[in-house]
Amino acid sequence: MAESVRQWGALMRKEFLLEWRQRYALNGMLLYIVGAVFVCYLSFNARPGQLTPIVWNTLFWIILLFTAINAIAKSFVQERAGRQLYYYTLASPQQIILAKIGYNTALMLVLALLGFSVYAFVLGNPVHDIPLYLLTLILGAIGFAASLTLVAGIASKAENPATLMAVLSFPIILPLLLMLLKISKNALDGLDRSVSWDEMGTVLALDAITLTLSWLLFPFLWRS
Amino acid sequence: MKKNWWKVLSVLILSYVILKGLLGVVPRQPILNESIRNVYFHVPLWFGMTTLLLTSAIYSIRYLRSNRIGDDIVAVEFANTGIMFGLLGCATGSLWANFTWGEPWPNDPKLNGAAVAMLMYIAYIILRGSFDDEQRRARISAVYNILAFAVFVPLIFILPRLTDSLHPGNGGNPAFGKYDLDSRMKMVLYPAFIGFTLLGVWITELRVRMRRLQATLDE
Repeated sequence: MAESVRQWGALMRKEFLLEWRQRYALNGMLLYIVGAVFVCYLSFNARPGQLTPIVWNTLFWIILLFTAINAIAKSFVQERAGRQLYYYTLASPQQIILAKIGYNTALMLVLALLGFSVYAFVLGNPVHDIPLYLLTLILGAIGFAASLTLVAGIASKAENPATLMAVLSFPIILPLLLMLLKISKNALDGLDRSVSWDEMGTVLALDAITLTLSWLLFPFLWRS
Repeated sequence: MKKNWWKVLSVLILSYVILKGLLGVVPRQPILNESIRNVYFHVPLWFGMTTLLLTSAIYSIRYLRSNRIGDDIVAVEFANTGIMFGLLGCATGSLWANFTWGEPWPNDPKLNGAAVAMLMYIAYIILRGSFDDEQRRARISAVYNILAFAVFVPLIFILPRLTDSLHPGNGGNPAFGKYDLDSRMKMVLYPAFIGFTLLGVWITELRVRMRRLQATLDE
């Protein structure tokens, strides 16, 4: 157990190092979300506080969804096939997928927090219950990372990964996205937190399903 | 003939369902009126689709365990028939919704969930199209098929129950069986479940046999 945790830590460290050495990809993702927020801001041409809460919330999550798909799509195409084969001789596939999910969660958290602060800065911040909204962002980051990492693994094996990634992940991510929209809308309106517990439980259950499936199915994926 | 008894059974049941469904006596309900007959066709189509997609997922699991390409062919054909049943279910459903709920596509979580499920399985077919190597295609699409079924279940059966839905049995609405399904209707509805599922299996079997023949011809 301790040994596998140590291996998992080493693989996570490798992901962070790799990202740090190829900073252009990371900077690209950061610029992507800031750029997307700005495009929306200028397209609506709205002063802070002009968007209705529903539009504000939905727009933010859509931006986050597209950023997540783009950011996570590259988790398997960044490294050459030979190097991946080498990792598989060193560690079990389960550890590799868990390390990738862990790393992607961290990446999504950074992107979501940056996106949220820029978005709230330019379009105004109508959120009443900020801690709950941030908790939704964390749950969303875990959920996006868990389900999209496996889909990225599937898409990376095919001919045109970019299109397939979007086509395969939109329907898969939808239940999660709808639940997140609901909780964040509750947080936005400052409703009592007990209203959101049910949805919170569903999001956690969905996260658990996707994590378990990634753990079970990835060993079959990497062999090809 | 011994192996084909279920095809005969399917034909007999479906003729009975169609005759009874169009001519039989149905209870009078305020908004539903005669459109309640659609319950014999719409509900069994969804039931059949769920069964077919479940079987498809089971064959995908079997493929991952055995690596026999035959299991993969069965899985994809079950998914194909499931998609067809789903589209028919959407068509009968929107016809029904047009008369009882006032519009062909009301913004209802169950409808939207079904539409998303269709998108998911069409994506599965597209994913299959993007591989040349047979084994690779089979393994990777089997992984996606299992993932898709695991998302399909909460999408159709859990999320609509958490939100408000127009469908019976969802969002606090009582299920059909509670009040307006009398025993005469059950006599038609329950065989219809079996009949439509058998029909789906039959269509799938024919397509699987066609694929196997094509594979033999190609060699």
